[in-house]
Amino acid sequence: MHVRRLELVDFRSYRAVEVDFEPGASVLVGPNGIGKTNLVEALGYIATLASHRVATDAPLVRSGAGSAVIRCTVMHDGRELLVELELVPGKANRARLGHSPVRRAREVVGALRMVLFAPEDIELVRGDPAARRRYLDDLLVARRPRFAAVCADYDRVLKQRNALLRTAQLARRSGGGADLSTLDVWDGQLAGHGAELLAGRLELAAGLAPHVAAGYDAVAGEAAGAASLRYRSSLPAAGADRDALATALAAALAQARTAEVERGVTTVGPHRDDLALTLGELPAKGYASHGECWSFAVALRLAAYRLLRADGVEPVLVLDDVFAELDTGRRDRLARSLEDATQTLVTCAVEADVPVALHGARFEVRDGEVKRV
Amino acid sequence: MYEGAIQDLIDELGRLPGVGPKSAQRIAFHLLSADPVDVNRLATTMRRVKEVVRFCTTCFNVAEEEQCRVCRDTRRSDEVLCVVEEPKDVVAIERTGEFRGRYHVLGGAINPLEGIGPDQLRIRELMARLSAGTVKELILATDPNTEGEATATYLALLVKPMGLTVTRLASGLPVGGDLEYADEITLGRAFVGRRAV
Repeated sequence: MHVRRLELVDFRSYRAVEVDFEPGASVLVGPNGIGKTNLVEALGYIATLASHRVATDAPLVRSGAGSAVIRCTVMHDGRELLVELELVPGKANRARLGHSPVRRAREVVGALRMVLFAPEDIELVRGDPAARRRYLDDLLVARRPRFAAVCADYDRVLKQRNALLRTAQLARRSGGGADLSTLDVWDGQLAGHGAELLAGRLELAAGLAPHVAAGYDAVAGEAAGAASLRYRSSLPAAGADRDALATALAAALAQARTAEVERGVTTVGPHRDDLALTLGELPAKGYASHGECWSFAVALRLAAYRLLRADGVEPVLVLDDVFAELDTGRRDRLARSLEDATQTLVTCAVEADVPVALHGARFEVRDGEVKRV
Repeated sequence: MYEGAIQDLIDELGRLPGVGPKSAQRIAFHLLSADPVDVNRLATTMRRVKEVVRFCTTCFNVAEEEQCRVCRDTRRSDEVLCVVEEPKDVVAIERTGEFRGRYHVLGGAINPLEGIGPDQLRIRELMARLSAGTVKELILATDPNTEGEATATYLALLVKPMGLTVTRLASGLPVGGDLEYADEITLGRAFVGRRAV
């Protein structure tokens, strides 16, 4: 799959811009704040219907304009597909697929598959477990959309159960007896949805692990320590079978009940899990250098890319400002590892940072224009 | 901002579910220009609904008498009882023409976030009805969402000692449509929940 053309109207800093891409690598060069990431963000919006930078649509519309348009021509298996989105802040987005309007904007998801590395991704390595759980869940949903419902159900049950525990906690503090007659029911629901989510994540983590190790080697070189990824569950090991996981989770909830009523919050379940990322023998968080963390974050995205590619549809790989934080050796190795990708879009603030090994088209970004050089 | 009565009307209408400020304004000006006879009929109907309509003492469906129409109907079976969340669910099931038993309206679902537990629902009344022993099958027709599922599971556990047949409505793909029109989440779930034929 590759992006052939991207057109933006009133999107972020762009009044109107058109960029034609080709398969292979494309490097977008331009100074800070000129709008390179805006192009990446627009592509990401077409792929996921959300920005990787902001939660609301208002900042995406150029100030003074009423709406923004993203138009993207995607080539897949020799066929051309035009995806069009109109962003109107505060209203539902309007979407068109191949010139015909679709009923729900969600229907365009999947027309462009893309894996994005953004500088914020360093938080995957150095940040809180929540970022790593989101990384897993997003990938889980991209591969199997049903998990969007599993995640939503789990979150809902968790909220309800926490509300019940909090009421019980308050009742206990004020000396009254707590009504816990429905807690068994919520335990059962939490165990059921939680086991499903856990089974999905465990399978995904097992599939990712070899790709992460290979991805880190590809960037850092064989001589550097081996990177590994392991799912760290709040449950004792229970295999990957859904029923066994549900039994284990239910047992853990039963064991934690007294403590949970005291604290008024659910303390076991996939919402407390994490990914253990290690370099050599040591955890990456707290031990690895900045460059190593950066390389690890790149490896996590490359692993997602390889996994999706193995599923059958090759996504477009987008690397936003990836080179600045890497040494020359890592830059060259990363560039060479991208050679077999159908399409890679890379942004860079300084031309000199682009490794020689990265062949492909160069684009200059300046003053609301993108020009091929 | 308008003055006096018209703004009061817009404010009142704006409190109704699903009515935003723009719609409230539109309805208010429609009423202002409408025939007084029509407006009076609407006002009388609204007053009457509060005076006349009450809840059935047996099943808690809406009724105009002591009992609702379903509970008064002697041709219906007392052996099958269908538990729903709201009176509008009774209407929905009645439209199918498939059910000839009785109903029990809970008045909602278990929802700790909104402070609704079993005591806020008509579960004690349900248990009293079941203890009479005439009901052989209990159909749990609460909504197929998190709260509805929790309520159904809670009731199933509660009535287990009574030895009734307890059933839950089936869920999955809409019937009569094409597979291709189902969204990937619904179809994905139906796929996982497939059954042997």
